[in-house]
Amino acid sequence: MNNLIILPIVIPFIIGAILILLAKRITAQRILSGITMSFLLTLSIYLAVIVYLHGTIVLEVGNWEAPFGIVIVADLLSTFMLLLSNLVGTICLFFAFQTVAETREKQFFYPLYLFLMIGVNGAFLTGDLFNLFVFFEVMLIASYGLIVHGGTGYQLRESFKYVIINIFASALFIAAIAWIYAITGTMNMAHIAERVAELDQAGALNFVAMLLFVVFASKGALFPLYFWLPRSYFGPPAAIAALFGGLLTKVGIYAIIRTFTLMFNHDIGFTHKELIVTIAGFTMLFGVLGAVSQFDFKRILSYHIISQVGYMVMGLGIFTPLAVAGAIYYIAHHMIVKTALFLFAGVTERITGTTDLKKMGGLLGTHPWLAWFFFITAVSLAGIPPLSGFFSKFPIILSGFEEGQYVIAGVALLVGLLTLFSMIKIFSYAFWGKQKHTKEQASVPVRKLLLPIFPLVALAIILGFAAEPIFTYSLEVAEDIMDPANYIDSVLKE
Amino acid sequence: MKPIKPNDMMLQTLARLIILVVLSFSIYLLLAGHNNPGGGFIGGLMTSSAILILYVAFDMKTIKKAIPIDFVKIIGIGLLFASLTGVVSMLFGYPYLKQFFDYFTIPILGEVELTTALPFDLGVYFVVVGSALTIILTIAEDDK
Repeated sequence: MNNLIILPIVIPFIIGAILILLAKRITAQRILSGITMSFLLTLSIYLAVIVYLHGTIVLEVGNWEAPFGIVIVADLLSTFMLLLSNLVGTICLFFAFQTVAETREKQFFYPLYLFLMIGVNGAFLTGDLFNLFVFFEVMLIASYGLIVHGGTGYQLRESFKYVIINIFASALFIAAIAWIYAITGTMNMAHIAERVAELDQAGALNFVAMLLFVVFASKGALFPLYFWLPRSYFGPPAAIAALFGGLLTKVGIYAIIRTFTLMFNHDIGFTHKELIVTIAGFTMLFGVLGAVSQFDFKRILSYHIISQVGYMVMGLGIFTPLAVAGAIYYIAHHMIVKTALFLFAGVTERITGTTDLKKMGGLLGTHPWLAWFFFITAVSLAGIPPLSGFFSKFPIILSGFEEGQYVIAGVALLVGLLTLFSMIKIFSYAFWGKQKHTKEQASVPVRKLLLPIFPLVALAIILGFAAEPIFTYSLEVAEDIMDPANYIDSVLKE
Repeated sequence: MKPIKPNDMMLQTLARLIILVVLSFSIYLLLAGHNNPGGGFIGGLMTSSAILILYVAFDMKTIKKAIPIDFVKIIGIGLLFASLTGVVSMLFGYPYLKQFFDYFTIPILGEVELTTALPFDLGVYFVVVGSALTIILTIAEDDK
């Protein structure tokens, strides 16, 4: 029974290994990876349901007892993230079938894709800090492979920066882990949390907390460590850009939320309410300003990842159940909507052959479905009421005002406005105006490409109209993670 | 200028002897790894260094003919070994990666401890051999 929760890690592992052996058979690779991802999606839905109904599931790998062995923990937050990441992973994979060039597919595209999913799923499920590092590395190494995949000059140059910043962050990560081991003498996250509460070491712990924050901030693209993101997400094909944009930064955000609710909750006044909130404000502001200044479809979207990561961290920083629930709801909204937008950028690139907004125009006339789908997701991102973006920003900003954090709440409102501005900019340049693409381009069929994106658009609407049950769920997740005793008790069984 | 044909007789003769020693020691390390220093990682590195000695002593074409293996495939096989070993314990209702061991008496070798950690180590061994050789040969092939 408990073994069920390691399947999201083991299955892509086994199938990925088989796919290496089948490297030259593209059809077999597509079928196998498609089945695997669909199965993982079903499995993660099932896990989310049983964890919601029956509580946290813990697996002690190799039958070594916690806190000595490694534990895999599926609690509400991890199953929630697991569900979202496998959803995004499945959809991007089905989009990749149609868009990624065959020469690239032969170069171990699908094995790398599945290995990336191992890393992501593992990072969500592990209950051991060192293991978190290992899964981060698995994810990063696979992502290095995918981001240079195809090897154009631009990709090589930009992914070099991506690799360097991540290697540096990983080195800091391992140093921070060593430090925390020196202070607490354990690697099990529940055990660390327990010891942190017993120790009266706010100074040293704050230092380590900040070190880990820097590590996760550079993976999650927070101010001032976001500079690598817009350029490196510009290079790879749309399916990969969408996967990275929807998924990878959120793994960093998940790690921040996990560590700063479970372990580093000894000095909330300083770490959360001052530091994280300040950084969230700068992240939002600089991200959105970057987006406003751009005139490229993919780059605008990339800068918006940064501004929106700021909202999630802001929710954590305010640290009331409502704000944290808002942050969790925001992650769901963001992963769905952002992936869809990147895929739309891929579709328009397929039609017009460019992502430069100034060279586009009049897509509304030739491809109305694409245009309206894009419009729905874009205004959802900007936070127009009945859609998901509104209900994710509302609780965060509301609790900002309630807690007297007026500056950050004001910044968040301004950023929302500017987001609307740049979404309207994309819409008016690319979809309105005179038709700038040729007649042949106008007859490019996109229906098949839109098919895998449709579930995301539907979810963006559902998340808006069915906001109440979903928000109740996020509130439960928030209350669960804000009381570390739940996690500690289920792992250490006291 | 006429290209000079290198005369590597000393190196080639010695290489044949050396790799015998290195290969058998690497297998020893692989098998010893469970309770003593050694293991799949070190064994794998040593095996790949033995094969590399061959590549250095002879040229790449000859060795490719002698060892017609795609080393990338070896990585896949190794990963399969390692992951499936863990799955076996799941089939018996134990947590993933739970290991078992017992003592058996085998003719010639006498009493031997057999563990399920060994196939896992074998998987690591294959992955290390495969990836080390792939990396080095990819760099070497650049210089054509």
